[in-house]
Amino acid sequence: MFDIENKLLKILSENARYSCEDLSDMLNISSVEVAELIEKLEKEHVICGYPAIIDWDKVSHDRVTALIELKVTPQKSAGFEEIAESITNCREVETVYLMSGGYDLCAIVKGHTFKEVAMFVAKRLAPMDGVISTATHFVLRKYKEVGTVLENKRADDRGMFQL
Amino acid sequence: MRDINELINPEVKALKPSGIRKYFDIAATMDHVITLGVGEPDFKTPWHIREAGIKSLEKGYTRYTANRGMIELRSAISKFMQDRYTLSYDADSEILVTVGGSEAIDGAIRTLVQNGDEVLIIEPCFVCYTPIVKLAGGVPVIIETKAENNFRLTADELRSAITDKTKLLILAYPNNPTGAVMRRGDLEAIAEVLRDTDILVLSDEIYAELTFGGERHVSIAEIDGMKERTIIASGFSKTYSMTGWRMGFACGPAPVIAQMTKIHQFAIMSAPTTSQFAAIEAIVNGEDDISDMRFDYDIRRTFIVNGFRKMGLDCFEPEGAFYCFPCIKSTGLTSEEFCERLLREKHVAVIPGTAFGSCGEGFIRASYCNSMKNLKRALELIKEFIDGLK
Repeated sequence: MFDIENKLLKILSENARYSCEDLSDMLNISSVEVAELIEKLEKEHVICGYPAIIDWDKVSHDRVTALIELKVTPQKSAGFEEIAESITNCREVETVYLMSGGYDLCAIVKGHTFKEVAMFVAKRLAPMDGVISTATHFVLRKYKEVGTVLENKRADDRGMFQL
Repeated sequence: MRDINELINPEVKALKPSGIRKYFDIAATMDHVITLGVGEPDFKTPWHIREAGIKSLEKGYTRYTANRGMIELRSAISKFMQDRYTLSYDADSEILVTVGGSEAIDGAIRTLVQNGDEVLIIEPCFVCYTPIVKLAGGVPVIIETKAENNFRLTADELRSAITDKTKLLILAYPNNPTGAVMRRGDLEAIAEVLRDTDILVLSDEIYAELTFGGERHVSIAEIDGMKERTIIASGFSKTYSMTGWRMGFACGPAPVIAQMTKIHQFAIMSAPTTSQFAAIEAIVNGEDDISDMRFDYDIRRTFIVNGFRKMGLDCFEPEGAFYCFPCIKSTGLTSEEFCERLLREKHVAVIPGTAFGSCGEGFIRASYCNSMKNLKRALELIKEFIDGLK
């Protein structure tokens, strides 16, 4: 079952839109078993969500993404957890990671304009207790996101028939 | 001058053209054909492999290599065969780098087969063996495998085809078009028949890395007493999605490889240099690429086999390569009728089993080298087509 579970997770990580019936055919287990397995993985918070990968640049021009590096002072009892939680709770923040290397926390922040994101960092993140410094890097163009290349795919240039 | 047609070698003219040409003409008039007809991975060559080829060009490595292929590549192949199959081949004398697995097959047959030699060919199979044997003056002797034997060659079938003229047995497992494999036990039974004969084996193992269900491919050369009579033809095309690079190799006894190298030297000179650099990167650092692609193929394989079975077709469980070979006898159509009508009526391309030998009648070959989306749509259309026949 571990093998099936891993297969299922890998398939869903690449495309979460398969029906239970399709997954049943791909994994050689019944649709009911697929549904139960997915439910279990959702309950255990192994599967945490199913967002689509969207190239927003194709549909709107007022979306800005920035990667914020934060250096913070860990707290005696809670380490990085409390400040990470405070940052996680901000609606503007899409992703938060604890990092090794030159800085401590990485936050990916979304906004409508460069100014809006910059002001969010200046007014909300930088003044937080424990934050020593921030560095804001704006994303200029996305080439690949969550394993998916964001360009129009080249047509299949193989022949129709080959023996 | 006489009509040029009269001046062409009649042996070549007598070769039958591939039986699928008429489908090209039909498909050429159509838009949006979903093709399950290609024997070629849909993945691009992994980037680090392409990059190795590009870097070699940037550095100016654009000359011929040694006739046998770069020693770095032959050493890497030697290590690969040792690590994977516990087969020990000397990089200097027992390995030849060729232009695709195809050249290895051609070279081995031309090196071994003399006028009148009988060559055992196990059908259904890839289409090149019979024409090459004929051009070499050999006599193809066809052994037809059966679905009820999992399309494996049995010792009895082999024994009854052997005569005192039999020179060579061509084995091709994992098999195109059936997806069949031969397990160690099956190969031991074959080896038992061959052991007291002088029959050589050409083992086309181009799909060796694409086996499913956890059991790795076993080469007949691994069976006791078989290595000294076996030439393995293999390559990088299917394993690493490198079809266009034309990179293959042959491993076998030094005297055979030496003679194959002579033909190679006169006909080819050396395999493409850029491709050899890419192939070194592939074989040294491509392990993860193989497992990633094998994972995807395995999911698609399970999906397509279940799809065919659900629409009521018997479908043999393929354990290797990237084809499945469902039986369409229940539709009442011949393989060719099925394929032509499916293409015309539903714009889905599959290959009639008869393209791989007359025992392929009643079967079609569907390749699952395609996206899940296309496989799903193709299966829906095939189901519609079959339901429409009832």
